[in-house]
Amino acid sequence: MKKGFLFISCDEAKHICDKAQYNEASLWEKTELNIRYIWCKFTRAYVKKNKQLTTTVQKSRVNCLQNSEREVLKKAFEKELTKQD
Amino acid sequence: MPKHTIEPEKWVDRYSDYLFNYTISRVNDREMAKDLVQDTFVASLKSMKNFKGEASERTWLISILKRKIIDYYRKINSNKGKAEVRMDYNSDEDEGSWLEERVADPFDKTAEDTLVNDELGEAIYACLDKLPNKQAQVFKMKTIEELETETICNELNITASNLWVIIHRARTAMAECMEKNWFN
Repeated sequence: MKKGFLFISCDEAKHICDKAQYNEASLWEKTELNIRYIWCKFTRAYVKKNKQLTTTVQKSRVNCLQNSEREVLKKAFEKELTKQD
Repeated sequence: MPKHTIEPEKWVDRYSDYLFNYTISRVNDREMAKDLVQDTFVASLKSMKNFKGEASERTWLISILKRKIIDYYRKINSNKGKAEVRMDYNSDEDEGSWLEERVADPFDKTAEDTLVNDELGEAIYACLDKLPNKQAQVFKMKTIEELETETICNELNITASNLWVIIHRARTAMAECMEKNWFN
């Protein structure tokens, strides 16, 4: 729920924080988040955890298949499965 | 009675990303990594009778994948490959016996960084496994593949608001899980 000019709710702050992890928060949104960050301990806790997750995933250089690649793999393997039957 | 059962029809959904991540950190070639994962699934299917159910399916698949990676290095006959082959599985009589206890990683003896990254990758995938499918899928696409919001929305036929709700739930669950399994 929107509280007013420059003041945002905790949920809005979390939403902006999520977007900021992917560089998709605007400057205005970041300002709103920073203001709430100053006085809200829940926002501070969420920002800390969220940033930690981002850093950890980046550090891990973890990789995954693209959906299309997984589908190709799935189809090929399904063929093998039917051969087994 | 075996502790674990085998369900090959679920392998691709459950383990392909995990196996792919394991492979690409070792062969550094996306196409080859995909081929090795596919070969692993096919070889595992043919060796299903050797699955005793003492280790989890994932552990068993990884042990087979490790053999495939070693075979790959043997084939290309690189210096790196030779060094790795000497460390383990150097006897031909082992061929085809996918023993579940053969899970020691021949690579981790030489690369501390790989080990830490492996453990971290494993922790991340263990947490991803606990998420509902949709959340895991969106989280992977957005955070690991780093796809644009619009691309994901188009591919999954969801709105941007939906995407951010899913991302929020996934990130909250992932942060909690990583807190328990990695940070503490």
